[in-house]
Amino acid sequence: MLKGNKNRKLIIVSLISATLTLFPYFGSAQNYNETSGQDEHVNDSHSAGNHTSDFEDSHVEKEFNAGEFILDHVKDSHEWHLWTKADGSHVSVPLPIILLSKEQGLVAFFSSKLAHGHHYNGFFIEEGKIYEETTNHESIAPLDFSITKNVAGMMIASLLILILFIRMGSIYRKKTHTVPSGLNGFLEPMILFIRDDIAIPNIGEDKYEKFMPYLLTVFFFILMNNLMGLVPAVIPFGANVTGNIAVTLVLSTITFIITQLNGTKTYWKHIVATPGVPFWLAPVMIPVEIIGLFSKPFALMIRLFANITAGHIIILSLVSLIFIFKSFAIAPVSIAFVLFMDCIEILVAFLQAYVFTLLSALFIGLAAKEHHH
Amino acid sequence: MDLVTPGIGLIFWTTIIFSILLFLLKKFAWKPINNAVKNREESIKAALSAADKAKDEMLLLQADNEKIIKEARNERDLMMKEAKELKEAIISEAKEKAEMEGKKLIEQARKSIQNEKSSAINEIKEQVAQLSVEIAEKILREELDNDQQQKALMNKLLDDIKLN
Repeated sequence: MLKGNKNRKLIIVSLISATLTLFPYFGSAQNYNETSGQDEHVNDSHSAGNHTSDFEDSHVEKEFNAGEFILDHVKDSHEWHLWTKADGSHVSVPLPIILLSKEQGLVAFFSSKLAHGHHYNGFFIEEGKIYEETTNHESIAPLDFSITKNVAGMMIASLLILILFIRMGSIYRKKTHTVPSGLNGFLEPMILFIRDDIAIPNIGEDKYEKFMPYLLTVFFFILMNNLMGLVPAVIPFGANVTGNIAVTLVLSTITFIITQLNGTKTYWKHIVATPGVPFWLAPVMIPVEIIGLFSKPFALMIRLFANITAGHIIILSLVSLIFIFKSFAIAPVSIAFVLFMDCIEILVAFLQAYVFTLLSALFIGLAAKEHHH
Repeated sequence: MDLVTPGIGLIFWTTIIFSILLFLLKKFAWKPINNAVKNREESIKAALSAADKAKDEMLLLQADNEKIIKEARNERDLMMKEAKELKEAIISEAKEKAEMEGKKLIEQARKSIQNEKSSAINEIKEQVAQLSVEIAEKILREELDNDQQQKALMNKLLDDIKLN
């Protein structure tokens, strides 16, 4: 009896998750059809073609473009798209746009003013980028400090992390000899894992404490953003934060800065004059060492970005299959694959957070550890 | 190309958000959590070592106890043995004494019996002697009533003496 209930529950949950997985893509795909159709309309009216060719053209244009659909979901956006109505109009949450323009200075307004290709104060969006039409009728890109979808998603993720851990911290501050319960029972082992299996082995017993806050923060920041990026649909989820190269660039740069700031004498000596290497090799060795210095954080940046983006692309491709084949028959296959990929992506979310933290600790450890020869 | 070109806005916001996150978490989360965990670990370590110590002490105590018990047992055995010996000694002594007393008593009884006997015999002897003297007197008086008889008696007595 109990088992039957459990099974039914499982089936319901998987059905709900399957629909949730596909729901936003349905909307988006439709949105694509509609917008591309509209584009065609506009183009056609400009070229003053007749109506039949217009229809045919738009029919051809209605071909689902998987590449654009996927890239549109992987990239950052100035508004948070929720779904598309049957009549083709979008339902999206407007986000603040903040621009530093040469002519107008600091400008801030909501993205709803630029929706559907509208111009506002000379600003307009083209292919996801904001341009400004200057008085000389030139299009230049102002510095864009907008709260984009990724920034908003990152803020929400950070807020969640803050709530989660400050709550945990206050509990731990009050009672030092508490037994972790509930969510803390899940989080504490992760914290201990980072301490015992990442920080201490790589940085060393005597120095690891200094770097624990950074390692923990970067781990949970990446993990939370990875996981929230995996959940499609509604607002706090679905932003591809860690799959954006700007974010991974900042994170790896912080690791790089921490590494260099904590470099010991021996660390720098190894770079400038590696012991045991003849001096006449220095012209070769020093550039190699310097390249090695930068290639480490570069690899860190690319690894996280590529892994997360690749995962999103695979899942979106699988969903696209339905629209490419234009058949519901393919849907179960797609759903099965997407569910499978989602499971793998959850693993990857943890794995990439772990790898980034591990490698950060390793690099810091290499620089900060006292080497004994 | 757009995908791999980092945007200045996102770099800016990521830096700010991450820095604030790092600062707040460091102050309000990681510090108390790490401290609490460390404290707990230390207290667990202390408790474990205390338990180990207590165990060792217990073992020591147990060994002591055993020793004491063993000693006590030995002592008891010794005491029992001594008591037994004492008992036996007392019994044997008492026996001896009783025997001696008995013997003494018997001896005494025998002596008194002997005395009584000898005194009785003496008395009887006296009485017999008296009787015989009386008898002899009577007989003699009778016999010595006439001369003839006196003569005969004299002869007889003389014969007896001769025989002797």
